[in-house]
Amino acid sequence: MEVKDANAALLSNFETLKYLSNSPCQRQSPEIVKEFLSALKVHKLTKAEKLQLLNHRPMTAVEIQLMVEESEERLTEDQIEQLIHTIASILPGDPEAEAQEQTEMEEDDVPQE
Amino acid sequence: MTNPSLSPWGSQSKRPTSMFWIVGGNRRTRRKPTQITNMCLSVSAMFVLVEMVDTVRTTPWQFERKLNDSIAEELNKKLANKVVYNVGLCICLYDITKLEDSYIFPGDGASHTKVHFRYVVFHPFLDEILMGKIKGCSPEGVHVSLGFFDDIVIPPESLQQPAKFDEAEQVWVWEYVTEEGAHDLYMDIGEDIRFRVVDETFIDTSPTGPSTSESASSTTAEETQRKEAPYTLVGSISEPGLGLLSWWTNN
Repeated sequence: MEVKDANAALLSNFETLKYLSNSPCQRQSPEIVKEFLSALKVHKLTKAEKLQLLNHRPMTAVEIQLMVEESEERLTEDQIEQLIHTIASILPGDPEAEAQEQTEMEEDDVPQE
Repeated sequence: MTNPSLSPWGSQSKRPTSMFWIVGGNRRTRRKPTQITNMCLSVSAMFVLVEMVDTVRTTPWQFERKLNDSIAEELNKKLANKVVYNVGLCICLYDITKLEDSYIFPGDGASHTKVHFRYVVFHPFLDEILMGKIKGCSPEGVHVSLGFFDDIVIPPESLQQPAKFDEAEQVWVWEYVTEEGAHDLYMDIGEDIRFRVVDETFIDTSPTGPSTSESASSTTAEETQRKEAPYTLVGSISEPGLGLLSWWTNN
């Protein structure tokens, strides 16, 4: 009984870790979080909203509308754009996905012959 | 809870009303419940830090180890991967904030230490956005897994509308209508899904005493009760931006 429980604990932590290592938080550090939170001060968001932005690193306006309550009234389109820019510039993204995007963009740049 | 006469021994006979029971475990012996002193100490969205107090029994063969280590192990053995009623799914020990004096009682060689500690607990707040994977579909809705937590269901009325259940393939389909006609967007197993937490339910699954009516019906009732999850989240994807990630990524 006891041994079984200890194993369950290990599995649980491992699974949690696995889940977290797939999220954007994997590449964040205390310095980045601090910088991000001070950059968000101008937007007057609640704690929970800032937290979700941090955890999810939203890249589209529709995602921001989900996480910020009544975003249509509280934020203008420009502000949302600005917010996305802040998120993209401060929070590190997935290097692999970004590299892929880069190459895709470069491929697009090559004129079709 | 500040009653000084409440010795670790006394708490067994005199149980304070604010104590919580572990309901998700499969433990044979019921020990003294852990007392929760402060919930939602600091929030990291889906995980919260919960301040608790418990009396930990350290067996004599652990005396050669450091007390902190053996207590940390005992607490993780007792709580990790268990659901505590109205608190959430316990993940792992965060830190020990205070150790009170240890006692040895007559007839037992083990030492008992009252510990104040903080525990990492999975307990997303309502309206939080989470990401998971589809575990399966059934007429009751879409079942989502986070890897370490599986008891999440999105009921049919909370799916993107209009939705229908494909009986042949056993998946839910969003009949997305555009100017060019309707598209069937299938919610296949294993797809990444983003959803909003709209409700949570805790069920006390701790064993009850033997029922007075003894017949076959009581055993079937017991079986259905065993299947009940101690902590269930109800999700919703009926808003723009929610649902499969692939629905919203490329413009």
